Parts: sequence; structure tokens; C-alpha cells
Amino acid sequence: MLLKSLSELNGTSGAEGLVRNFLRQQIEPFVDTISVDKIGNLIATKNEHLSGPKVMLTAHMDEVALMIVDITSDGFLKFRSVGGIDARILVSKPVQINEAIVGVIGAKAIHLQKSLERQKALSFDQLYIDIGAKSKEEAVAKVKLGDYAYFITKCEPFGEGLYKGKAFDDRVGCAILVELLKKDFDIPLVAAFTVQEEVGLRGAKVAAYHTAPDFAIVIEGTVAADVSDREEEGWVTELGKGPACSLMDRTALYNPKLIQWVANLARERGIPLQFRRGTSGGNDAGPIHVSKAGIPTIVLSVPCRYIHSTVSVISEKDYFACLNLISELLNDLPRKQRISPMEKEEM
Amino acid sequence: MDFTMLGQLTQLFGPSGSEELVADFIATQVRPFCDELKTDTLGNLIVLRHGTGKKIMVAAHMDEIGLMITHIDKEGFLRFTPLGGVRIPNLEGQRVKFSKGRIGTIGVEKLDKPTDFRLERLYLDIGVSSREEAEQFVRIGETGVFVGDFIDSGSRLVSKTFDDRIGCFVAIEALKRTKSTHELAFVFTVQEEIGTRGAKTAAYVLEPDLAIAVDVTGTGDTPKAHPMSVKLGSGVGIKVLDRSMITSPQIKRWMADVATNENIPFQWEVLEYGGTDSGAIHLSRGGVPSGVLSIPTRYVHSPAEMIDKRDVEAAVDLLVALLESSAEL
Amino acid sequence: MVNAQIQSAREFLSLLSMGSGVSGHEASIASMVMKRFKPLTDEVSCDTFGNVYALKKGNKKRAKIMLAAHMDEIGLIVKMIDPRGFLRFSTIGGVDQRTLLSQEVLVHGRHAIPGIIGSMPPHLLQNGESSQAVKMEEMAIDVGLSPAKIKEEIQVGDIITLRRETYPLLNNVMAGKSFDDRAGVVVMMVCLEELSRLQHTHDVIAVATTQEEVGIRGALTSAYTLNPDLAVAIDVTHASTPDTKGQVSIDLGKGPAVALGPNIHPAIYRHLSETAQEHRLPIQIEPIPGASGTDAWAIQISQEGIPTGLISIPLRYMHTSVETIDMQDVLNSGKLLANFIASLPDDLEGFLCY
Repeated sequence: MLLKSLSELNGTSGAEGLVRNFLRQQIEPFVDTISVDKIGNLIATKNEHLSGPKVMLTAHMDEVALMIVDITSDGFLKFRSVGGIDARILVSKPVQINEAIVGVIGAKAIHLQKSLERQKALSFDQLYIDIGAKSKEEAVAKVKLGDYAYFITKCEPFGEGLYKGKAFDDRVGCAILVELLKKDFDIPLVAAFTVQEEVGLRGAKVAAYHTAPDFAIVIEGTVAADVSDREEEGWVTELGKGPACSLMDRTALYNPKLIQWVANLARERGIPLQFRRGTSGGNDAGPIHVSKAGIPTIVLSVPCRYIHSTVSVISEKDYFACLNLISELLNDLPRKQRISPMEKEEM
Repeated sequence: MDFTMLGQLTQLFGPSGSEELVADFIATQVRPFCDELKTDTLGNLIVLRHGTGKKIMVAAHMDEIGLMITHIDKEGFLRFTPLGGVRIPNLEGQRVKFSKGRIGTIGVEKLDKPTDFRLERLYLDIGVSSREEAEQFVRIGETGVFVGDFIDSGSRLVSKTFDDRIGCFVAIEALKRTKSTHELAFVFTVQEEIGTRGAKTAAYVLEPDLAIAVDVTGTGDTPKAHPMSVKLGSGVGIKVLDRSMITSPQIKRWMADVATNENIPFQWEVLEYGGTDSGAIHLSRGGVPSGVLSIPTRYVHSPAEMIDKRDVEAAVDLLVALLESSAEL
Repeated sequence: MVNAQIQSAREFLSLLSMGSGVSGHEASIASMVMKRFKPLTDEVSCDTFGNVYALKKGNKKRAKIMLAAHMDEIGLIVKMIDPRGFLRFSTIGGVDQRTLLSQEVLVHGRHAIPGIIGSMPPHLLQNGESSQAVKMEEMAIDVGLSPAKIKEEIQVGDIITLRRETYPLLNNVMAGKSFDDRAGVVVMMVCLEELSRLQHTHDVIAVATTQEEVGIRGALTSAYTLNPDLAVAIDVTHASTPDTKGQVSIDLGKGPAVALGPNIHPAIYRHLSETAQEHRLPIQIEPIPGASGTDAWAIQISQEGIPTGLISIPLRYMHTSVETIDMQDVLNSGKLLANFIASLPDDLEGFLCY
């Protein structure tokens, strides 16, 4: 399964190589050109000879992870997060370093704590990775400063119609983008598997600049906080209710006419759709929509519970609905001469 | 079911260590239904009904929480220490009764700030004006209990000391009704509230094959309660665990199967604090397989504990059914 | 030879570690232990409390030596199912709430159902929130099932274990859950294997005890039942880490910790350290001024009193799901124990005389 392979591959911001190589193999038979740009984005094109709006589809390859920043005198590894990780989820977890070494993030035993300590979260400063090294020399021989540590999580079916795994943000987008490239659309397409989203939406900025598309669709995995007794107004998105179309976030305000187009088409085709009801976070759409003279952009996301943690959860239904909706949008596009929302043409 | 006798039980004076009045009352109730009655060194009332099957111990404790007088001052005000799990913040204004019938009120010294509220700042006023006068009614070391009437409000009952006179009541009713052929030892235990002490010695002496304790449990069905699934009126509780015991899977299965077969409503009880007699019984000698039937009770250890009649009926039904089952685990 | 022995110990530990046996629910671990101990001993049995006994007869049947290691683990229990199907839970044994967030679990309902203790994404956290530990009352387990399906599968009172594989770290270090005290059970296995090559006078009964984590309960009942002449408990002890400096003086990989103090019969301590010296086995000395918090504490005062010793395997991150031990310590503990038993005199009374 594509999503399983992608989820279990390790690749954080600036170290997306394994994911990029895997994706390149996957898409090679289905695209016309394929290249890696100067910052590491994997760029593929299809139907460049066709007229009509050039559409960029993007998904980011990088995931959140840990970077080794110091090795202590007794051979333990100190680390910082790459991307947004709540340090509280790291306690009592195994991690993988350099594809070969396993380490654990332990914590002082409950027996040795004062009761107040248990109320306080452990911070990055207090945490460290134990790889079983007997000395600093042994640790240094196995791990270099700047190496990355990744969560060890199997991607598996979960509950009723769900999947759990790591890095669904945004390997789920990568998987959908690969599936889209396997199909045929009568418009020129640029696929950009971007780098460094988690550290500041950096790959997408470069990709949008040099591919200069007329329109962009960002495919994401986004926050779903529809859990337990959390009040409904705080859910942002909900599992099983279809892909989420973004309205606004920290990096972009999405055009109402484009959103209307997406919503109408979803309704016509009977594809479930929800709106992303929250403005926290941001994604590649931020730099893309303000690239050069501006690029009309929409974001469609698969809702993920427990995003940026060791294990997140998505709904299979949402995954396929997202794929279908984007296919329908791409099929609908040739009917439109220009995609600019400023045009009078009814979207 | 007639709850008159329960009303009488709750009003009997029986702080830990002084359970005699309760034992006498229960002895009168059960005498026609048993083969043998005895009281052991600690004061446990042991009621035997002979049979041929397994030796099954049923335990319910007679004692209740209360206070012990530690000091009497010149003006006749009393200072005290808690007996069992007394909730100190709830004490102001409560009435306390002593064996000779004298009732006092708990008062509090003037406090500079609310956080100064501590046991040491409380006193008991029994309406006297000198130490000499006070000593006519109470002595240092004497124990008293809280006052709380028995009220039947239709489907629910309110009173002091449902913990654990309701267990005694359930055990008595079950003993009256059961046609069990097992060797039955009903033990009305002492000193549960201060560390399940009566149950410990009784279990050692009796060496039962199996034991069932009957006691109260908390609920999670009041506004913003500590999360707990037990609700008043949803059936008898079958204990999964508390801090004193983890019920074995075999016992849980046995109890749930019998309840299901007999159509008796029950609920699983996960109690995150406290313990009961079975905690001591199940660790006796080489171990005694033990279970607990719990009566869901709101406001445990207050003078106005609340229970639901349907849960009591379910508890009696299930105890009878368990005693009449083959009890092969 | 040594490598083969480590390999077999490692495999048995992995098997036990990945099994599920929260206090009071040790049956499946018990059957693994019985199966593994059967070929090593003369008689294997189990009592109503779930304790497993494996008797290896001595050649003179003088006295009874009890070994005790507990097989239960800490865990969680379903205490409520909320209307949307998320499970609220409580603990069994000493669980640090800070180790639970974002953990995968198994809920042992009608079937073993995978679940996740969910975490809020950092995007939604309020300022300052991340410096406070998430309270267990606020956590919930997501099993991804509809409320109707949950009703069929899960009830209040169902046991929950953490889902964790074992991982080899560098050297002979291993990480995983429940090494406390399944590693002690492995020590008993190594000891029994060693004893089959050695002569021993006395009967040895290896007991895998239950419910240690909730109050040393299985050791209490099994010690009463056996009433041995001498007992040695095998448990784990804290090994030093960067955040326990000044609190912990035992190190990983430097040999078993041999306890001494009021819980320990002095002759047993003395003979354990002499045995170590004689067989060139590394040990560390662990003075314990009061309660040892192990099976040894309950065993010592069973019936008319039982002379008791304690060997502990150094372990890091106790009661997390990534407990870390050095297999060499496990092996050395087993060897020390076997040589200790084999070198006990026929007359234990004189040996134990104060």
C-alpha cells in the first residue's frame, strides 16, 4: 500500500531523500518530465503541450522529527525538534536514528520523583535519547551531530475504516498526489513534492516561483480535534466527513469564489466536503498564493487526529473523497479559460 | 422489599471498636435462620449455617466512622481526632452523638483566612459549661458518631451509615432467603473503617474457600463528579478493583454470569480510592478467591448518604443467587 | 556459548515483555512461564492467586529455597466510556501520567483492540499549556470504533496494556515494556538452566508471583503457601541516568545489585557476595535502609519469618514503556543465583544462625 510505505519512510525537513527517491520511482511511469530542483523539491510535469490553465498540485514530503544537537559525556543524545512537536508526547517512546540504531526517550522513574514533578511537563532540555552506548566515544562513533531521530510507528488499519501511522502530515497528500498523476487530465499539470514545509513553508516558495503555474491545489493532512469531550466548536475538522477545504489560516485567506466552486462541484458530484473551521497553522499555500504576481490557490486536506505526534489517525473515506474531489476539479477546469478569481466568468 | 429494619440498623450506635449494639441487633435478626452464632476476640459476629458444599464467607462491616475525644477543656469544650475516613472540611455544624445519648455540635475557632481550616481549629460543644459537667456525659477516649436521620423518599433512601449497614442488611436478607446448600459463614465484621481489621482475623480463623464482601461504593452521577461509570439505580456493583484488591477474572465472570442468567441488573465498579474487607480476606493465608458486591452510594462518609432501593434489591437477589449457584470457578 | 545463552534469554524476555499481564490478570504470562520452566524443572503448578511454582528437586531434599520474581506489569483500566466512544481510564500500579500521551495501547475487551491515547496537536495549544503535564483525567483512548461497536467489544473494567515491541540498543542493552519484573523471571530461567549443570542439595522452587505492583500480594500468599526455609527475590532496581545523579548509584551493565539492610538476612547477603567473588561475577552493592518495595519485603515476615535475600537487575526508566536493561546483568544474576544455591551447606540452620 502506497500510504503505508510513505508513512513508514523517514524524512524530515532538509532530509527528504528517502521519500523523494521512493516517490520518483512511483511516478516515473506516469509523467512526462521529472526533476529535482535546487532546494530538493521533486518536480514532475505532464501534458505541458496542452493549452489551458497550468495547474500545480503540491504535497510536502517532510515530516516532523528530532535532530541530535549534542552528545553528553556519558553517551546520551540531546535533541531539538524539527518542526512543531509538543515535548510531552516524546516521553517513553522508541526512536530510530540513521535507519540502523534504535534509541529510547526515557524519563526518571516515578519512584524517584516528587509528586509535584509529575504535574510539570518534561521539556526538551530535560529529555535525552539513550542508545545503550557505554561511553561518549561509543555514541560518537554511531551518531553524528545533526543526525535525525524518527518515531517508530507501523502504519496499519485501525478501528472501523481508519488508518493509524506517523507522518500522515503530509504523506497522505503525497499518496493522493501520486494517485492523481496516474490518471489523465486534459490540462497541463505540474506536480511539486515539496521540502521543508514544517520549518517554514520553504520548498513551496521556490517551486511556485520557478514553475509559475496559473492555479495551485495544495493537498494536506490537517488538524482534526474531534476527540472525546472537546466541544464541537473546537474540532477544526472531523474524521469521516470528507476532505476539508481551507477558508483562512495564518498564511492565507482563500478566495471565496474558488471555495464556492469547490463546494458546488462537491455537492453536484455527491462528494462529502467540510470546511476547515479554524485559523491556526499554515501550509504551502501561504508562499504559493503570493508568488510573483499571485497564484490562485486552494487547499484540500485529509483530516488527521493527533497530528505531529508519534501516531495519527485518518479515515479511509476522507482519503478517497479527497482524491475524487481533486480529480473532479481537474476534470472541470478545462471548461474554464482563465482561473483568475478576478475574472467575471462565473466559477 | 421492606426497609424498616434497614432504618433501625442505620441508627444504631457503632463506631469502630464499639460495635456491640449492632452485633446484638443483628444476632436477634439472624438467630432463627442459622445453626450457630458466635462473637470472636475482636468482636466480629460470626453466623454459621452448615451445608455440604464450599465454605463461603460473606462479610459486611458493622462499624461506622466517627470521632474520638482527645481533650476536654475547663469550659467543657471537647477536642477530637477522626476515627476512620472522616472528611474534615465537612465537619463544621455537624452533630455528634455519644453512647449515652448526648449530642454535640462541631464548632470552629475564628479563622484569619479560609485555608486555616484544620482539624486542630475545630471543637465539639455538648452544651455544658465546665469540664466536670462534660465528664458526666463523655470521657476522654470515648468515641462518637455523626447524626443523620433515616429518610425513605420513595425510590431512594437517605441516612447516615449506609456504609455499611446496607451491607449488613443485604447479608441478613440474603441469609433469610437463601436455600444454599454450601457451608455458609456470614461475618459481620468490626473495624473495617480503620483498616479492615476484623475481616483479617475472621478470614484467618474460618479459612473459607471463597468470600464475598458487601459494601458501598461511590458514584460518578452527580454534577461535575470525579469520572466514574457507577450510577445510582443502575444495579448492584460488581467490583473490578479498588486500592485493596483486584478481583480475579474468574470471580468477575462467575458473578456476571449468575447476574445475567437471573436477569439481575449489575454494573462494573472501578473504584480509584479506598478498599474494603475483601482486601484483607483475599490475602489471608495462601489466598482466598474473593469478590465484592457494592451498593452505589452518593455522599459516602457524610451524614446523608443516598442509595437507591432497586440497587439494594439487586444486591440481595445477586447474593442469594451466588450462594445458591454451584460456585465452581 | 555465552552468546547462545544471551540469545535465548533475550528471546524469552521479548516474549514475556510483549505479552499482556497487568496485576491480577497474569494468566497468559503465567502460561508462557509454565511452558518455559517445565523442561527445566520437575514439577510446575499454579495456585488460585495465579502464582506459578516450578520445583526443581535437590539431590538430598533438605530444605526449600524459594526464588521469587513477579510477572505482573503496571497498566490501565477502562473506567468510563464517554458518549462519543472514547475510553476514560484509571491506572493499576504506579503509572506516571507523563509517559502516556501519544502511546499506542491494546484494550483487552472481547478481543484485543488497538487504541491510541490521543494528544492535542501543537497548533491548538494555548500559551504555557505545554509546560504543564496533561492530567490523566483529561486523556482519552481512541479505538476508532462506533459507539455501537464499542458496546459489543468493550466494558468498564477492561484491562489496557501499552503496545510496545522490544528493541535491541547497542551492546547487549535492550529496551521495552514490563522488564520490571519479567527480566527477573528470565533470571530465574537462567538460574534453573545453570542449576541443571550444578549439584544442589536443596529443593528450589522458582515462583513467578502476581500482583507485586499493587502491593506485593502474590508474594504474600505464595510465601505463606510454600513456607520456605530461605528465599531470594529477584527484582529490578534503578540504574543511573543523567537526571538521577545524586539519587541513584547503581549503574547499567556493572552486574546485579545485591541488597543489604533490614529486609535482608545478613548470611544471605554475605554468601551472595562471596559467591560472586569466587566465580568472578560482577556485583554492585545496594544498601536499602527500610522497605525494599519488592517481593522480599512480604516474604520475610510470612508465617514464622523467612530468611530473605534480594538480587536486583539495574534498569533505567522504570515504569515507562522503554525500560532499559543490559542482558549481561540478567545473565550474571542467574549465574550468581545458581552458584549461590549450589554452594549452600546441607545444614541451613547453622548457616542462617545469627
